[in-house]
Amino acid sequence: MNASRYLPRFFFALAILLLAAAPAQAQLTVQITRGVTSPIPIAVVPFASDAGTPVDLAQVIEADLARSGRFAGLPRAQMLQHPSTGAALDLAQWRLMKTDFVVIGRVHGAAPGYRVECELFNVVTGQRLGGFAISAADTRLRLAAHQTADFIYQKILGVPGAFATRIAYVNVRGTAAARRWRLYVADSDGENYTTILDSPEPIMSPTWSPDGTKLAYVSFEGKLSAIYVQTVATSNRERISARAGINGAPAFSPDGKRLALALSQPDGNVDLFVLDLASGNLSRITDDPSIDTEPCWSPDGRSLYFTSDRSGKPQVYRITLAREERPVRVTFEGSYNARPRVSPDGTQLAVVTLEDGGYRIGLVEVATGRSRVISSGRLDEGPSFAPNGQTVLYAAREGGHGVLATASVDGSVSSRISVAEGDVREPAWSPRVESQ
Amino acid sequence: MNRILGITALVTLSVLLAACPGKKAQVKPPATTGESVASSAGTTAPAADATGGQGKELGGSGATGADAGVTKSTIYFDFDSSEIRAEYAATLAAHGKKLASDRTIKVRLEGNTDERGSAEYNVALGERRAQAVKRALALQGAAPGQLATVSYGEERPTAEGHDEAAWAQNRRVEIVYLGGR
Repeated sequence: MNASRYLPRFFFALAILLLAAAPAQAQLTVQITRGVTSPIPIAVVPFASDAGTPVDLAQVIEADLARSGRFAGLPRAQMLQHPSTGAALDLAQWRLMKTDFVVIGRVHGAAPGYRVECELFNVVTGQRLGGFAISAADTRLRLAAHQTADFIYQKILGVPGAFATRIAYVNVRGTAAARRWRLYVADSDGENYTTILDSPEPIMSPTWSPDGTKLAYVSFEGKLSAIYVQTVATSNRERISARAGINGAPAFSPDGKRLALALSQPDGNVDLFVLDLASGNLSRITDDPSIDTEPCWSPDGRSLYFTSDRSGKPQVYRITLAREERPVRVTFEGSYNARPRVSPDGTQLAVVTLEDGGYRIGLVEVATGRSRVISSGRLDEGPSFAPNGQTVLYAAREGGHGVLATASVDGSVSSRISVAEGDVREPAWSPRVESQ
Repeated sequence: MNRILGITALVTLSVLLAACPGKKAQVKPPATTGESVASSAGTTAPAADATGGQGKELGGSGATGADAGVTKSTIYFDFDSSEIRAEYAATLAAHGKKLASDRTIKVRLEGNTDERGSAEYNVALGERRAQAVKRALALQGAAPGQLATVSYGEERPTAEGHDEAAWAQNRRVEIVYLGGR
């Protein structure tokens, strides 16, 4: 088929009005609703600095660790000393405080450029577990703190942290008569949030490029659905699919060069396609009279998981792109399994599943098809894995309001993330943010 | 399965609407069909006239005047279904005839779902509903160029609640006149 004929390509470099001060009602507030029964006690000592810093790094690090549900920070008021070097650290004293680990640190330099150094000690063994140093502009000191927290998390727990990450989400305010949709991006702790798009029409399905610099999303501006790709830092965007009918469910390939998407035919039937972003070539992936939508790439980029109701009810299927073969069904437990998101290691799918009359988040083991439910709401949807694969972020309903929630894949930790006004939905957890 | 039922319902509907004396198809009088043909999820939606004020039912399913029918502009659906209930036959006939009589009139058929389940699947389901209404109007003589569809999925509920009463109002296609009316 002549793909370019099917997809008129529109290139816009629209400078979206970036609201300098986003309204405070849209700020995310994170609250742990369940933590591990014995969180690891850790003391994050205030960092020494030559000339003061605009950000209290130790406070950001400690809040990150506490928000993971796996650590309990020692309150500053109980710290007898604030050492900033290994030489000044009296481990016997910290042992008396019943803390297992101590983090000390220093910030060198002054605005606009700093260098952050930290060291981690095991109080029980007396061992220095390692040091971490990073340079950061004054505007990126919070990121440096999140990266330091990631280092500490990995040193102690053996798995990478997911603090130096961002969350994209849609905030919906107002009722049917005058509703507004706003797409935001915030740091994983809810801070530094910025408006990506503000619209009187629905915004759906934000998803990150694998390098974390761009978002693809669906916007109904002009009362027609279209898929846009927008660079987060500059707000420049391109309309990359605006065919008649549905343009939905965008998903970047792992190499970032292609976008899987759901398009409808003139008769309204929805199938999967893959768009090559450089050439604009469009390839059809499925051709079935049922609904095929919500594609998600396997980590190797060779296959897509997707939702299809070809068996009568929505279930998750996998199709291998290079081969001419029928999709293989991968979910079998329950009458409703949809919207798959694959874990970073490719072994599990997070899905929306129907259990006891409630829509919940399920984890499906790809190899065996075995599934378990990790959320307990009635209207949970939109799962998104943290880049470390430890936690799933999803949308839920609580007291009539749309909130976000997280559940750790091991079931030990959960949190609730809310906004002051309206509903928050369609969360997308970014890849790890790298320093620049 | 839904598709086959939907097509069956449409065929039945078209036969009903055409009221062609030569056809042998067994059809029930519209006045007796308060319930849809099959509810795929086993849930029974409340009567369609339990709406939140807009698009209020006229004088029951026996309404015959073409102009009377066009004032009802919302078609409601059962859970996970895009099948048009027989009670909307007269309404859709009236809309279809109005469109057939004036080619300058255009409508946008806005498909919607309730909030349950995943968002993009619901967009596809809403589109199916809009397409079902489109086919029904086309059978009455409306031209394809007069009928645009869009699906908002679960994004635009009219009822804010989170129970079956609200969901029944949100599973709908709104027939929005864009001109000539």
